[in-house]
Amino acid sequence: MSRQSVRTRTAVQAVQDTSIRLERRGADVAGEMFRAVLLLCIVVGIVMLGTLLAYVTWRGWPRLDLNLFTQMPSSINLDTAGFLPAIVGTVWIMVGVLVTVVPLGVSAALYLEEYANNDRWWNRAIEVVIQNLAAVPSIVFGILGLAFVVRSPLALGPVAFAGSLTLTMLVLPTVIIASREAIRAVPSTLRQASIGLGATKWQTVWHQVLPTSVPGILTGTILAMSRAIGETAPLLLVGATTFVQFLPNGPFDGAYTAIPVQIFQWVVRPQEEFRVLAAAGCLVLVVLLLLMNSVAIWLRARFSPES
Amino acid sequence: MASSTADRPAGLSLEPQSRRIGEKAIVTWLFVAALAAVLITVGIIVALLEPAAEFFRFVSVTEFFSTARWTPTQADPEFGVLRLLAGTGAAVLYSCIIALPAGLGAAIYMNEYASHRARQVLKPLLEVLEGIPTVVYGFFAVAFVAPLLKDNWWTWMPGRLGEEPGTQFILAAGLVLGIMIIPTVASVSQDAMAAIPRGLREAAYGLGSTRMQVATRVVVPGALSGIVASFVLGLSRAIGETIVVLLAAGAMANLSIWPNDGAFTMTAFIGRTSTGEIAYGTITYYSIFAVGALLFVITLIVNLISIALVRKFREVYE
Repeated sequence: MSRQSVRTRTAVQAVQDTSIRLERRGADVAGEMFRAVLLLCIVVGIVMLGTLLAYVTWRGWPRLDLNLFTQMPSSINLDTAGFLPAIVGTVWIMVGVLVTVVPLGVSAALYLEEYANNDRWWNRAIEVVIQNLAAVPSIVFGILGLAFVVRSPLALGPVAFAGSLTLTMLVLPTVIIASREAIRAVPSTLRQASIGLGATKWQTVWHQVLPTSVPGILTGTILAMSRAIGETAPLLLVGATTFVQFLPNGPFDGAYTAIPVQIFQWVVRPQEEFRVLAAAGCLVLVVLLLLMNSVAIWLRARFSPES
Repeated sequence: MASSTADRPAGLSLEPQSRRIGEKAIVTWLFVAALAAVLITVGIIVALLEPAAEFFRFVSVTEFFSTARWTPTQADPEFGVLRLLAGTGAAVLYSCIIALPAGLGAAIYMNEYASHRARQVLKPLLEVLEGIPTVVYGFFAVAFVAPLLKDNWWTWMPGRLGEEPGTQFILAAGLVLGIMIIPTVASVSQDAMAAIPRGLREAAYGLGSTRMQVATRVVVPGALSGIVASFVLGLSRAIGETIVVLLAAGAMANLSIWPNDGAFTMTAFIGRTSTGEIAYGTITYYSIFAVGALLFVITLIVNLISIALVRKFREVYE
């Protein structure tokens, strides 16, 4: 069936459905009601978002003090307990994610956009695998990290870098997909001019394509990092301990925890004080993510082709 | 494009290339990086299958896929995984009741009704909704939504439905899960609607259609495979979500779809068991992988359906 026939069929169907009503115009009551229902659909989500933010702020406000950022977690001194080890742990984890996922993701995107011949079945297979990987449940990555990174063959043990590698695998598809879009948006005239001047394929990619697509790649990377920062489930499996009373020595040594894992541990405890701490932690996490997302959105708007 | 290099004599290729070994090495590295996704997928399969096979040496497949009780940690453990599947199904059911219509409605509004300025406000807001971490949603579900529903439960309803729920129940988890996946459904649906050619809409408007008619008779049917793909993708996210159901749905492996009952989902079981102290090599340890394998297979099937639908849609309009 040709592409034209689908469009034509849809259009003809629309004409047949609508032409009967052309005689009686007047006030379009059904149309207005439909519009109201649609508006309601979008408002549901936004009202819930507002409620969530208001609730977390209201509950967490009393404990949003300096102690939260500078103190160790405690189950005795709840009024001054903080989550400093979780902040340090999250920093270590995210540095590990950043240095592994960016080279890997951008390289994969360059291969798929600049070098891969789409007539080859293996290149199409790689694309399907990446798409599927993007929708694999995060806890499955936790199982993978537990089996391969914490235990043999990598056998890193429950250290921060094991968490990093697990999250890297989790957000790799996000970085690849975003980078591919950025690379695809580079005008082909740029490549042709470069190659016409005698540059090799890689010189063209390295000196022309990559610098031009940096804003898009950066946006995708920030969004991927903001997803990784909020992930809890996979870290529970790869050894992020819920109660760490000391600072981790580095990415390869000692027990670690992360901000969402610490919040999770506070949520499961029934006492009121822990709920307040959890709310304060949620607030910190949400503000951090809002900042990261704003930077990404700003970058996208600043460098989008329309502006 | 396919035969550009094939039928030329050797050595006369017009493709830019270099004989430098460095350049070849770089291309090889890029290919290896692209292959990483395949390696990760193979890694997942191996990591799940090996311990899962170990699990099935202790527990027969028929026992696993029965509705017997799910009590892996007790002295005389039982492994009826259908209980966990039912828990996942119940939570996903309530989330879909909310997320599918709301996501579709939001997509239609964004694509067909909202002005350019309104869209510039709404789209980032939906992205924020998508970016909220699951642990924050989990906290919201257990600290705000669940008590609110419990205190205002429709106790006037007859029979089973009128009973006041406990502190953890399916509806609280399903509701928050639903809110969580609205942005996924909305953004994928909207992408599909945005790809409908302008001419199609303009033709319908030119013939006197109202906005509602254009939306429901041209745009939605035209984008149908993309919309279904967005539903399937939302479903996949709801099935795989862990923290919200772990916190809000409880740990009772009930065989129930009543909104006021507790439920234990596959993901919640994995999350809960792995945070506890479990000895390496015990049957409980292996059961995590068996349930994980089942979860992976289910989401794999669902994802492949969604990918195929998006493909089909792109073939029609691009």
